[in-house]
Amino acid sequence: LLLFLFGTSLLFHFFSHIVLMLADDMACNPRNPKPATVYSHKNMELNVYGDDVEVDYRSYEVTVENFLRVLTGRIPSSTPRSKRLLSDDRSNILIYMTGHGGNGFLKFQDSEEITNIELADAFEQMWQKRRYNELLFIIDTCQGASMYERFYSPNIMALASSQVGEDSLSHQPDPAVGVHLMDRYTFYVLEFLEEINPASQTNMNDLFQVCPKSLCVSTPGHRTDLFQRDPKNVLITDFFGSVRKVEITTETISLQPDSGVMESRYSS
Amino acid sequence: MAAAGPAATDLEVVRGKRAALFFATVVIVLGLPLWWKTTETYRAPLPYSEISGLNSLKLRLMVPVTVVFTQESVPLDDQEKLPFTVVHEREIPLKYKLKIKCRFQKAYRRALDHEEAALSLGNIQEAETMLAEPSEQAEGSLTVYVISERSSLLPQDMMSYIGPKRMAVVRGIMHREAFNIIGRRIIQVAQAMSLTEDVLAAALADHLPEDKWSSDKRRPLKSSLGYEITFSLLNPDPKSHDVHWDIEGAVRRHVQPFLGALSAAGNFSVDSQILYYAMLGVNPRFDSASSSYYLAAHSLPHVINPVESRLGSSAASLYPVLNFLLYVPELAHSPLYIQDKDGAPVATNAFHSPRWGGIMVYNVDPKAYNGSQLPVSIEVDMVRVMEVFLAQLRLLFGIAQPQLPPKCLFLGPKSEGIMTWELDRLLWARSVENLATATTTLTSLAQLLGKISNIVIKDDVASEVYRAVAAVQKAAEELSSGHLASAFAASREAVTSSERAFFDPSLLHLLYFPDDQKFAIYIPLFLPMAVPILLSLFKIFLETRKSWKKPEKID
Repeated sequence: LLLFLFGTSLLFHFFSHIVLMLADDMACNPRNPKPATVYSHKNMELNVYGDDVEVDYRSYEVTVENFLRVLTGRIPSSTPRSKRLLSDDRSNILIYMTGHGGNGFLKFQDSEEITNIELADAFEQMWQKRRYNELLFIIDTCQGASMYERFYSPNIMALASSQVGEDSLSHQPDPAVGVHLMDRYTFYVLEFLEEINPASQTNMNDLFQVCPKSLCVSTPGHRTDLFQRDPKNVLITDFFGSVRKVEITTETISLQPDSGVMESRYSS
Repeated sequence: MAAAGPAATDLEVVRGKRAALFFATVVIVLGLPLWWKTTETYRAPLPYSEISGLNSLKLRLMVPVTVVFTQESVPLDDQEKLPFTVVHEREIPLKYKLKIKCRFQKAYRRALDHEEAALSLGNIQEAETMLAEPSEQAEGSLTVYVISERSSLLPQDMMSYIGPKRMAVVRGIMHREAFNIIGRRIIQVAQAMSLTEDVLAAALADHLPEDKWSSDKRRPLKSSLGYEITFSLLNPDPKSHDVHWDIEGAVRRHVQPFLGALSAAGNFSVDSQILYYAMLGVNPRFDSASSSYYLAAHSLPHVINPVESRLGSSAASLYPVLNFLLYVPELAHSPLYIQDKDGAPVATNAFHSPRWGGIMVYNVDPKAYNGSQLPVSIEVDMVRVMEVFLAQLRLLFGIAQPQLPPKCLFLGPKSEGIMTWELDRLLWARSVENLATATTTLTSLAQLLGKISNIVIKDDVASEVYRAVAAVQKAAEELSSGHLASAFAASREAVTSSERAFFDPSLLHLLYFPDDQKFAIYIPLFLPMAVPILLSLFKIFLETRKSWKKPEKID
C-alpha cells in the first residue's frame, strides 16, 4: 500500500475510520512523473492512492510522540475528530507500519525511533482503557518480528515481514518513476486482500501463508499466543470487512401532529 | 633547608589529602543528592490506597416509595398502624466486583383529603391530573396509591396501574395479611418502574466478564456528557425524486420535547442534512412474487459502513454521534422493503445498529408518479418517520418496555415519548455505569503509573484524581440516601475527572531510555571527574592502613 523506504503509515479500521500518517508524500512529490498516483506495480493496474485517501498526519507531524498520542488517546483537546482514534471496547483495530527498521526499533523521519518496548507499553495502556476489542498488527520492515516480541497485552495478533536478522526486500522497481514501488510482503498481502469480499470465509491462517520464503526471500512471522481465539476461526472480514451489528426495528411510538395529550400504546 | 624540604612536601601531601577528601565529601554529600533530585521524574502523590478501596465499594441504591392508603383499602386495625416505614432490601446478583444492593424504602401513610377525593373519581386520567403535585416529584422517588378492592377507578380485572409520572395505583385487600400482600404488589410495581436486574446488567455490560462473542445482546449507548443527533435524508436519484422534508418542524414538534424530557441525561444537539447520489452499499434483490425489491436481513450489516464515510460530523464536538438516515430508494429499485430473518417484510421498514443510529427506507407512493413528469415532487410524511426514529432513539438509549407485573394497566408514554420514571431508570443505570467506569479508570491509572515508573505526574493530574475519588464516594453516599439527581451529577463528575486525569496529554511515557544509552550519556560527564577523586581516595586509604600497621610492626 505504500512505498518501500519512505515514511510510516497506519491504517485503522478499514472503511469505518482510518487514521493515515504519511511522513513523505510520494503521490504529490514534484518528482513523481505520474502525479497523485501510487501504483503497486509498474503495469499501473492498481492505484492504491485512490480518490478517498485522506492523510491525517503528514510530513513533520509524523512523530513517535504523535503516534503514541493517537494510540493512547492522550491528545490535546484541540485535535479534530479525524485525527483521533475513536475506538471503544468493541472495536477491532488494524495497525500497519512500514519503513526502515532494525532489531527492536522502527525509524521515524530519519531522526527518531520507536522501540518495541514503547509500542508494547502503548498497547497495554490501550488495553487498560479498553480501547480495543482485538488488535491486528502488521509490520513490514527489516527484522520486523522483533517489534512484536515484547507485546504483553491480550487480544493482539501480529504479523511481520521478516524475522530477526533478516532484511525485508522490495518488490520491483519502476524505471519510469525511478524507485521501487512496493515491498514484497506488502505486495503479496495486498494481492491477497484484493480477493476478499464481505461474504468471504477466509481466515487468519490463510493470511499467515501469504508470501512464503520463495517469493519474499525473508521469512514472514506471526504471533498469536496473546490472542484468545484460534486463528483458524478468525475471519479476515473481522478486521478488513465492514460488518456491523444491526437489529430490525419492530417498535414504534404513536405520535399525533399538533394535538395535546393523546393515548399511545406500544405496538410490536 | 633539608628539613624544610620534606616538611614542605609533607604539608603539600597533607594539603593534597585534605583537598581530595574535601572534593570527595562535596561530591558525595552535595553532588549525589543534587543529581538524584534534579534527574528524578516529578510524581505528585496519589491516593493509591483510596483507589484500591474503591474496588470494594458497596453500592446501595435506595428508591424512596411513598405508599398512600385510602380508606377502605385495608382492614381498620391495619389502618390504625399507619404511618410507618418498611424497608425491602435485596442484593442484585451480578458477577461484578462491586456489590450492589437495591433498597426500597416504603413510607406508609394515610391519604389526605384531596387525594381521597381524586381517587374516588371514576376515571384514572382525571385522578392523575388532580393528584399531580404542583412541584415535581424528586427523581428516583415513587408514589403508590392503594385503593379499595372494589374501587372502579381501574377496570375490574386490573390489579394495578402504572402512570407516566412516577405514580402508580395498586388495589388493596381486606385480609389479615393485608400489608404483606399489598407490600409484595407494591414491590412488583416499584421494580418495574425503577430497578431490575436487567437494567443494571445492561448498564454494566461493558464491565461484566461475559462471553463477548455472544451476539444479540442489546448494547445501550455509553454514558456521555452529551450526544449529537444527525438526521440525514439520502436521495440517490434526484432526477426522479425531488424530495422535501420539513425536518425543522418535525424536530421542533416531536424531537425537542423528547430530548427535553431526557435533558437530565445529557446535552443534545440536533442537526440535519440532505445527501444526493448517496447509495446504500448493497444491491437490492428483486422479488417477482410481490414485484418489489428487498434487502435481505443478512445483507443489512454491510449497509452502514459505505454510507458512513459520506455522512460527516461536526468537527468541533467530541460527543458520540447518532445518525438517523431516511433513504428514498431510486426509481429503478422502488418499492424497496427490508426483510427480516424469516423473509417477511418489516412493518416499519427500518433497522438500527446499537451505538450508531438507525436507517429507515421511505417508499414513494406509486400514485405520485401518475402522469407527472420526472422529477416527481415528494413531501415526506414526517410523523410516520419520527415515530420510527424516536422509537429507535429509545432503543438506542436502552429505554425498553418494562417488565410489567401481571394484570397491570399500562398506557404508553404521553406526548414527549418518554415517561418520567423511564428517565429515572436511565439515570440509575447511568449512575451505576459512571461509577463503574470511574472506578475502572482510576484503578488502571494507578496500576499504569505504578508499573511504568518513567511517567511524570503533574499536580493538576493529581488533583483531578483526588477530585474523582471524592466524587465517587459522594455519589455512593447520595445513592444510598436516595437522592438520584445529585448522585447522577456526582457520578458524572467522577467520570469526567477520572477521564481527564487518565487522558491528560502530559502522561506520555517518552522517558524510556535503554541502559546502554544512559551509560553513554553519564560516562563522559562523570568519569573524568571521578577518576582523580577515586584514585586519591584509594591512595589515602592505603596510606592510612599502612600507618595503622606501622605502629604494630615497631612494637
